[in-house]
Amino acid sequence: MGLFDKLKQGLQRTTQQLVDRFDDIVHKADTADARTREVDAETAEALEEVLLMADVGIAATGEIVAAVTRRQRRGESLRDLVKQEMLRVLEATTPTFAPQSPGATVGKPHVILVIGVNGVGKTTTIGKLANQLKREGRIPLICAADTFRAAAVDQLQIWADRAGVDIVRARDNSDPAAVVFDAITAGKARQRDVVLVDTAGRLHTRTNLMNELDKIRRVAGREVSGAPHEVLLVLDATVGQNGLAQAREFTSVAGVTGIVLTKLDGTAKGGIAVAIAHDLKLPIRYIGVGESVDDLLPFSPREYVDAIFQEKW
Amino acid sequence: MFDALSNRLQDVFQSIKGDTRLTEATVENVLREIRLALLEADVNFKVVKAFVDRVRDRAMDQAVLKSLTPSQQVIKIVRDELLALFGDAKGGLKEGAARPRVILMLGLQGSGKTTTTGKLAKWLAKQGRHPIVVSTDVRRPAAIQQLAIVARQAGVRVHDPVGDMDPVSRAKSALAEAKAVGNDVVIVDTAGRLHIDDELMKELVAIRDVSGPTDLLYVADAMTGQDAIKSAGEFNARMGVTGVVLTKVDGDARGGAALSVVSVVGVPIAFVGSGEKLEDLEPFHADRLVSRMLGMGDVLSLIEKAEEVIDQGDAEKLEAKIRKGGFTLEDFRDQLRMLKRMGPLEKIMGMLPGMGSMKELAGQKPDEKQLSRIEAIINSMTPDERTQADLLDGSRRKRVAKGSGTTVEDVNRLLKQFVEMQRMLKMVGQMTGDPIAAAPKKRKKSPFSLMR
Repeated sequence: MGLFDKLKQGLQRTTQQLVDRFDDIVHKADTADARTREVDAETAEALEEVLLMADVGIAATGEIVAAVTRRQRRGESLRDLVKQEMLRVLEATTPTFAPQSPGATVGKPHVILVIGVNGVGKTTTIGKLANQLKREGRIPLICAADTFRAAAVDQLQIWADRAGVDIVRARDNSDPAAVVFDAITAGKARQRDVVLVDTAGRLHTRTNLMNELDKIRRVAGREVSGAPHEVLLVLDATVGQNGLAQAREFTSVAGVTGIVLTKLDGTAKGGIAVAIAHDLKLPIRYIGVGESVDDLLPFSPREYVDAIFQEKW
Repeated sequence: MFDALSNRLQDVFQSIKGDTRLTEATVENVLREIRLALLEADVNFKVVKAFVDRVRDRAMDQAVLKSLTPSQQVIKIVRDELLALFGDAKGGLKEGAARPRVILMLGLQGSGKTTTTGKLAKWLAKQGRHPIVVSTDVRRPAAIQQLAIVARQAGVRVHDPVGDMDPVSRAKSALAEAKAVGNDVVIVDTAGRLHIDDELMKELVAIRDVSGPTDLLYVADAMTGQDAIKSAGEFNARMGVTGVVLTKVDGDARGGAALSVVSVVGVPIAFVGSGEKLEDLEPFHADRLVSRMLGMGDVLSLIEKAEEVIDQGDAEKLEAKIRKGGFTLEDFRDQLRMLKRMGPLEKIMGMLPGMGSMKELAGQKPDEKQLSRIEAIINSMTPDERTQADLLDGSRRKRVAKGSGTTVEDVNRLLKQFVEMQRMLKMVGQMTGDPIAAAPKKRKKSPFSLMR
C-alpha cells in the first residue's frame, strides 16, 4: 500500500464529514458560470464555517478565505483555490532542523526530544519512531525520561521490546535530566545512531515542569554537540485553539523544531496544524493515523491537503 | 491572541470611553469581538452563532443602551447567556441507592480516564465510600499497571485478576469481588477509543450491559477543539452518558468545547480535574467555568452587589463632595456601612479576580471586626468632629478611644488613613473633568478603596 493510500485510509473518517460539507459548497460555487466570477459572500461564509469547524483557527481561516475571495477566477474550481491557499500556508514554514548526515561522527548520537501536554501520545509516537528508524537501518536507543506518570516507563518498555531496541530507564520519580544523561552516555558507548527521549506530559502553563525541559536540553547539549537535534512537539489532532498556546510556550522554552500530529484517524481534522504553520511557521513532521506501528507517517503538505479536500469516493 | 473575552471587551469599551451611550453600531462591534473570543475559546461554531444572536437581541434593548453602565450591562448579558447554556445542572454525582454503585469511565485516548479513575476513587473515599477500581484496558501497554499504581496512591482497592485479558469478564468479576468484600462503589476504567471504532464501541456496550452502571462518565480534555461535540455526541448516542468529567483545566484552555458539549449534547458536567495530584478533582460549578472563560473572576456579582446597595442619588452627592474636597468622616462611615451591606468581606474578596487563590495562600480571613471598630470610633465622635477632623486634638482623641473601646493608637491610625484618603480623592476629583464620564467609575471605586 502506497503512502498516499495509507494516508487516505487513515484520514478517511477525518475527511468524510468535512468533505460532505465542503462538497456542498463547492458544488454550488463551481458551476461553469460561477467559475469566472469572484467567490460570493455566502460561499465565503460557508467556507469560513468549514475551516473554523476544522479548528483551523481565526487568523489562518481569515487569511485563506480572504485570499480565495480576492482571486480573480479564470475557470479554476473553488476546491483548487482552497487547496492552493492552504498549501501555501503549510509550506510557508521554516525548516528548523537539519537531518543527520550519514556517517557523521560529530553530533552523534542524534538526539530527538519528544515533548507535549498530557495524553497526546508521546510514548506511542516514540514506540512507532523507534520501529521505523530501525527499519531504515539506524539503530535507536530509547530514553524513558517520563519518571512521573504511573507505569509510563513500563508502557515504553513494552514498545521497546516490540521494536527490539535498547531502553535506558530509571526508577519512578527520579530526575529526568539524569536519565537523559545516562541514556546519552549509553548511546555513545553502544554506538547508537539516535537517542529518542520520552518526556513526561506537562501542561505548558506549569513553569517548574517547563524549566525541567530546559534542564534536559542543557544536559543533552553538554553531552552531544548540537543536541537536542530535533525537538518534536506532539499534538492531539482533536486539540482546539489551545494548541497554539501549547506550541508557542513549548517553542519558547524547549525550541520546538517540528510538530507530530496524532490521532488523525478520528473525526478531528487537525486543522490546528494549519493554524500553527500560519502563526508560528512551525513545520509538521509526522502524523499519527492509527494504533499500529506503521501508522506514523512523514507529513507531506500536498498529500495532506489532497487527502483532506479530495472529492467524495 | 489568547486574551480573555473580558480583555477584548474592555478594549472595545476603551475605544468608546468618551461616549456616554452605546450605539447599535458599537454593539455590533462588541458582538464581533465576542464571536471571535468564543471561537478562540473553541466554542462550537453553531453554538457561537446562536449565542451571538441572543446577546444581540438583549443588548439592543433600549434600556441597556441608555443605562448608565452600558458596558457592564453587556458583559452581564453575556455572562447570563453563558450560564443559561449550562442549564441549572449540579456538579458531582447524583443521589443513588444502588449498591454497589457502578461508575463507568468512557472517553477518547489520552483524555485522562485512568488518572480520573484514581482521583474519583479518592474523592469517593473522602465522602466515606469504599470504592474498588478495575481496569478493562487490555490494549494500551501498561494501562493496567498504571491504574494499580494510581489506586495504591489513592489508597483504594483494585481488582486485578492476573491473566484475565477479557475486558467484559474483568468488569464482571470486579462486581463480584465488590459484592463479596463489601465495596459500595465500583469504578470501571476502560480503554480509550475513538467514537467511530465500531468494534471497540460494541465492547463498551458489552461492558455496560454486564456491569449495569448508574453513572457513565465521559472524560473530556478541556483543550479539545470543535470535534468535541461529535465524539461526545457519539458516545452519548451509543452509551447514554450521564455526566462529563472535564480534565486538564489547570492549563490555559478556556474550555469552550465543554460548554458546547453541554449545550449541544445535553449532558451536564459532573467533575473537573485541575491538576496532577490525586486530590485535584472537584464537582463542577458552572459559574466558575463561565468566569474562567470570561477571564474575569466574579467581578460581576461584585458589581451587582455594589449596585444593589449604592443609591444613585447618594453616589452623585458624594461625587460632588469629592470634587470639592469635602469628603468627611461621616461619608467615610456611610461607605463602610455600604461595604458591610454587600456581605461578608471574605466572600467579596473571593469575587475579585486573582484574589481567590491569594486568599487561600495566605490562609487567613479578612478581619471583619476591624470594620466595626472603625465604625465605632467614628460613632464616638461628635457631629462637628466628623465634619472637621482637625478638631480632634489629643484629649478629644483620648475620649473617642475610650468611647469606642479602642486605643488612642487605633484612633490615630484611622485619622492618618482618612487624611491620606482625603488627599487621594481630592487628586482624583481634580483629574477627571467630565462629571458624566467620571460618575459611574468612581461610584464603583469608592467601596474598594477601603480594602487596600
